[in-house]
Amino acid sequence: MELLSGGDMLVRALQDEGVDLIFGYPGGSALHIYDAIFRQKKIKHVLVRHEQGATHAADGYARSTGKVGVVLVTSGPGATNAITGIATAYMDSIPMVVISGQVPSDKIGEDAFQETDMVGCSRPIVKHSFLVKNAEEIPAVVKKAFYIASTGRPGPVVIDIPKDVTNPADRFPYRFPEKLRMRSYTPAGKGHTGQIRKAIALLLSAKRPVIYAGGGVVQGEGSEQLTELAQLLNFPVTNTLMGLGAYPGTDRRFLGMLGMHGTFEANTAMHHADVILAVGARFDDRVTNTPGKFCPGAKIIHVDVDPASISKTIVADVPIVGTVKSVLGDMLDMLKASDDQPDQSAIVDWWRQIDDWRERHGIYAAPRYRTDGDMLMPQEVISAVHEITEGDAFVTSDVGQHQMFAAQYYRFNKPRRWINSGGLGTMGFGLPAALGVKIAHPDSDVVCVTGEGSIQMCIQELSTATQYHLPVKILCLNNQALGMVKQWQEMQYEGRLSHSVYEESLPDFVKLAEAYGHLGMKIQHRDELHGKLREAFAIKDRTVFIDVYVDPSEHVYPMQVMPNGSMRDMWLSKTERT
Amino acid sequence: MRRIVSVLMENEPGALSRVVGLFSQRGYNIESLTVAPTEDATLSRLTLVTIGDDHKIEQVTKNLNKLIDVVKLVDLTEGSHIERELLLVKVRATGAQRDEVKRSVDIFRGQIVDVTSNMYTVQVAGTSEKLDAFLQALGEHTIMEVVRSGVSGIARGEKVLSV
Repeated sequence: MELLSGGDMLVRALQDEGVDLIFGYPGGSALHIYDAIFRQKKIKHVLVRHEQGATHAADGYARSTGKVGVVLVTSGPGATNAITGIATAYMDSIPMVVISGQVPSDKIGEDAFQETDMVGCSRPIVKHSFLVKNAEEIPAVVKKAFYIASTGRPGPVVIDIPKDVTNPADRFPYRFPEKLRMRSYTPAGKGHTGQIRKAIALLLSAKRPVIYAGGGVVQGEGSEQLTELAQLLNFPVTNTLMGLGAYPGTDRRFLGMLGMHGTFEANTAMHHADVILAVGARFDDRVTNTPGKFCPGAKIIHVDVDPASISKTIVADVPIVGTVKSVLGDMLDMLKASDDQPDQSAIVDWWRQIDDWRERHGIYAAPRYRTDGDMLMPQEVISAVHEITEGDAFVTSDVGQHQMFAAQYYRFNKPRRWINSGGLGTMGFGLPAALGVKIAHPDSDVVCVTGEGSIQMCIQELSTATQYHLPVKILCLNNQALGMVKQWQEMQYEGRLSHSVYEESLPDFVKLAEAYGHLGMKIQHRDELHGKLREAFAIKDRTVFIDVYVDPSEHVYPMQVMPNGSMRDMWLSKTERT
Repeated sequence: MRRIVSVLMENEPGALSRVVGLFSQRGYNIESLTVAPTEDATLSRLTLVTIGDDHKIEQVTKNLNKLIDVVKLVDLTEGSHIERELLLVKVRATGAQRDEVKRSVDIFRGQIVDVTSNMYTVQVAGTSEKLDAFLQALGEHTIMEVVRSGVSGIARGEKVLSV
């Protein structure tokens, strides 16, 4: 049997696991591993500029491909810098393996240089973690880590490896386990047939049904089944922020996103629904508004791979634990085999009601923003990008108003195209995530929709884009302020803008982009919007930073009324309330 | 409602911290917790007493089950079960008090396991309720130091929690 050092074993095990890409940043405790990476050719390593960038890039890669994102960092600050990105992946259930160097075993606990208890620091934000004690364990630990990260409800897994374990002087027999058996971990598979049958009966009895689908449908590859089910039943569908693209955004059965900045028709239909089919969604507080007022007349069917998500905040009448793909597939089979039909006349009436809501206040029926002022509106900028990229770009986003405008106005027709930090709401996510997406999809348009606030949280990754020649588009909706913070301050704090404005301190983003070797472009007027955007998107081999000046006074609407509002209680504009 | 959850988990470093971390992270409370390896050295058995309504307990057990190190668990309070806790207490015992304390120990079927001219160390095993009652019977002013093991539990009859 081949003898390998711990460092070589790790790299070989990653190869055997099928890894071809790592995002990372070297440092003392990880040097043996980095040397092993240097001495091989199969795995490409991308050097980021900050470990947070590595985790977000791996995350973007994972979200856009469905594969596990891999990160390598050193101990101490390397590990703690990765924490925000691990938490981001954890909240959105993204498969990721983070390997961190650790100080040598005999120094652990002595407050050694660059020592941090990484397993302890990351414990509440990982699906699982390992501290490797002996090099011989490495192949099995790697195998387990990838299995845990990618199955069931996916999530990040940390492997912390003390430096002595990867010492090139100590060699051990290498054997990569072909099979894995973990008595303590059995991810859910198929749903319970009896429960699925109950769900079908409830769906067929529905007079005002809504399908509410979340990120689990994207992660669980269930979009095809979801689409077929909705079309077979002719039921309306709404997606969560994480679920956008799980159902085609331009299909007439799609009501738009629901929740805090959901559409009037989606939120109102949810409120009045008699049966809700929740799939791969977790009744997040940004969806339900006040739980006690959530959808008072609805019976709830909840399909999720994670039993702990079911009846956590909203009690399910028909809980079904299983993979979204298999449960929806079983539902389709049962429906097709059955002679029963949904109550057609009730469904027709329901659609008539929904279409009326759409017509009255829907954001897609007519523009709900002004286009007669001097300043560009953020909504029209996103709509223009949607048009120019033919709705087929990968769109990553940061966090704030621009994120909500992108979610509302870039109408995603395919899963894995919308890549944003929905759960943790991590500013700084967009640019590194875009780089991760671009590596996986070199021939596709990749746009990072950002703001002048968020982009500055990971702007150093512009340098990574230069080094690895990753030509993404950065669309900065520049409103000279932390827009969403400012919106809340204007709505709830009588306009006291506490530390949410930049007071002429922003950099010249065009020059900044140029300093990194990219192209910069500024758009300020409506008459140049389409022309300049087309010009920018025609450039395929350069990263282009498009700094678009938008109306700083614009708010995101609809916005649910808080606190104590129900799903249907919304502000529709600065002056109009439901 | 008071619940006794019995957990079989991998005897791995860090496993216990995951269980304890889960409780603080999700705002569940732990009344008591005992843990030790089982006859199979790769497994630990943990008994946890918590308080919560049905909804809370369902979440507690679901989230415990989600921990990768947890192999199996059972809510013992759902069926008939045996629970035991061990109490060691140092009691001030001088003069007439010495007989009085000894009588209480006998009534509660405890044992005096250490003695000086001024005090007894008493050992009592039983349900938490019985131990509470014993401490109450002794009276606050005679108690010098109390140590309790936390609850260990097992189901009655032939039901077993094993791999």
